[in-house]
Amino acid sequence: MQLSLGPVLYNWAPDRWRDFYFRIADEAPVDVVTVGEIVCSKRSPFFARHLPAVVERLQGAGKQVLLGSLILVSLRRERRQTEELAVAEGALVEVNDLTCLRALAGRPHAIGPFVNIYNEASAAFHAARGAKRICLPPELPLASVAMIARAVPDVTIEIFAFGRVPLAISARCYHARLHKLTKDNCRFVCEKDPDGLLLNTLEQQDFLTVNGVQTLSHTCTNLLGDAGILRDSNVGSLRLSPQDCDMVAVIRTFRDVLDGREDVDGGNRRLAADYPGVPFSNGFLWAEPGHVYRRAQSADAQIGTPPTP
Amino acid sequence: MMELICPAGTPAALKSAIEAGADAVYCGFNDETNARNFPGLNFSRDELRKGIALAHGRGAKILVAINTFPRAAAADIWQRAVDDAVSAGADAPILADIGLMDYAARRHPNQRLHVSVQAAAANPDAIAFYAEAFGARRVVLPRVLSVPEIAEITRETTCETEVFVFGGLCVMAEGRCSLSSYATGKSPNMQGVCSPPSHVAYEQSAEGTTSRLGGFTINRFGANEPAGYPTLCKGRFSTAEGAGYIFEDPVSLDATTLLKGLREAGVTALKIEGRQRGRAYVESVVRHFRHALAALESGSEADIAGLKPFTEGQASTLGAYRKTWR
Repeated sequence: MQLSLGPVLYNWAPDRWRDFYFRIADEAPVDVVTVGEIVCSKRSPFFARHLPAVVERLQGAGKQVLLGSLILVSLRRERRQTEELAVAEGALVEVNDLTCLRALAGRPHAIGPFVNIYNEASAAFHAARGAKRICLPPELPLASVAMIARAVPDVTIEIFAFGRVPLAISARCYHARLHKLTKDNCRFVCEKDPDGLLLNTLEQQDFLTVNGVQTLSHTCTNLLGDAGILRDSNVGSLRLSPQDCDMVAVIRTFRDVLDGREDVDGGNRRLAADYPGVPFSNGFLWAEPGHVYRRAQSADAQIGTPPTP
Repeated sequence: MMELICPAGTPAALKSAIEAGADAVYCGFNDETNARNFPGLNFSRDELRKGIALAHGRGAKILVAINTFPRAAAADIWQRAVDDAVSAGADAPILADIGLMDYAARRHPNQRLHVSVQAAAANPDAIAFYAEAFGARRVVLPRVLSVPEIAEITRETTCETEVFVFGGLCVMAEGRCSLSSYATGKSPNMQGVCSPPSHVAYEQSAEGTTSRLGGFTINRFGANEPAGYPTLCKGRFSTAEGAGYIFEDPVSLDATTLLKGLREAGVTALKIEGRQRGRAYVESVVRHFRHALAALESGSEADIAGLKPFTEGQASTLGAYRKTWR
């Protein structure tokens, strides 16, 4: 089972972003790393100057590097940026919107979790057009995951396995709206929240996380306990999504459990310490509401309790 | 003149829409293959055939929304929906899933095919992909674009464009939202429902009403405030930066004032949301837009206040059509 590190979804300070990847290159037992700004095209210029060095360092450390494409492409400069990415040499593109596909023209690529692949026929369509890796949409249940993985045996199927789960993308920037700014003049206020902005219900239930134009869960996906059944279902890679925590430690925990150096309970304790204060969830995998956490590997398959006011 | 595309959740609404002046009516089968999969709504195969006969007799078209994403190992349910729509004589299926479009294009190569808003084709490159891969003839544009951006799209593509002008407004890019399944386990993409009534609860107290979805509080209303339906993205929430309608106020889209701009932008068809709404809504809204389009043709003033009773919270927005919405 491979481990893959998804792109940083939040607006981190550029130097910190670079140093994060340098440390991943030097220390993290991860096989694949997707880099690039995929949430908001306005942020891209800040990371662009560090990107070549980051890619070089990661590749030098033996990681496969994927370049993530923007999730929502509507402006002319976003289209140009996406097309440039698609024709770039040296690293595979991870497609997050179909805008890329024409420019890719059948060349090998990866498909990210923001492309809707809910069934075997869609997966096979993309595989026939050069998709070598597919990270499936996070809301897919295990039954569908297994079916799709069986249908495209030559494609590495990846599942979103750690991190706050991306739930929606919008043309509207909620960070700007909250700060009473327009998107065009947003002053990059999202940089104040390197782990996203917590959104509560009016009864103070932790609910969602706001990240500019993106909305994510409050809970942190954790499929550590489900890795065995995912492996049996022909899933070839687990995606860990960067949060504002020690991701090298998170990656090591997953690697240790996958390689049998740590049991699942011990791994979960380590994850809870690595990323404290954020409850786990894996409901989507088990066809439950996404916020639910169903503890795996226990005879009575305990279901997480629903939120209480 | 731009076409007027109107919703119908029942045969009665279909008839009303045609009588009120719809150029085309869109509807779905009564199962999980369409994105308005509500109890008591939508069409049996027989009802669709009769609806098509009625529409074609009056010179109107029928479009069939088969716009959820087929479940793995169950593609036959969606494929049969496409086959049945085609054999019933529908003018076009409206599809969202790549695998299903591939099936439709191969199985029914001469059938006109429309790309659903759920397919999230938000720029000319994505639209060209659908046109080249599946011969798609029309794309329903996601509600993330401004009018100048729509004009840019129509300039660059030969595919016809259809845009929403009225009704419930998705705040998030359509077909790319799992908020409902995060809270309830039921999603627009898979089950064809968003914020489903089965997971809604209201709690009354002396202070007023609390609405919940899947156990999460979506809004609280004072004793004298009308309690709206808890659609997740139209709720009131709190953050460290402030509380309120973080995503969107409880408003409906109304683009009556933008019809001229949309025509100049090269839009082919105008779409009214609301297959879940009753006959009265369909009839009034269709009639309103029929008049507004006639006024546009003759250069006279359109009535812009007439639809207030049919908007959410009696308030409307121009949504992303106006750039500052973002």
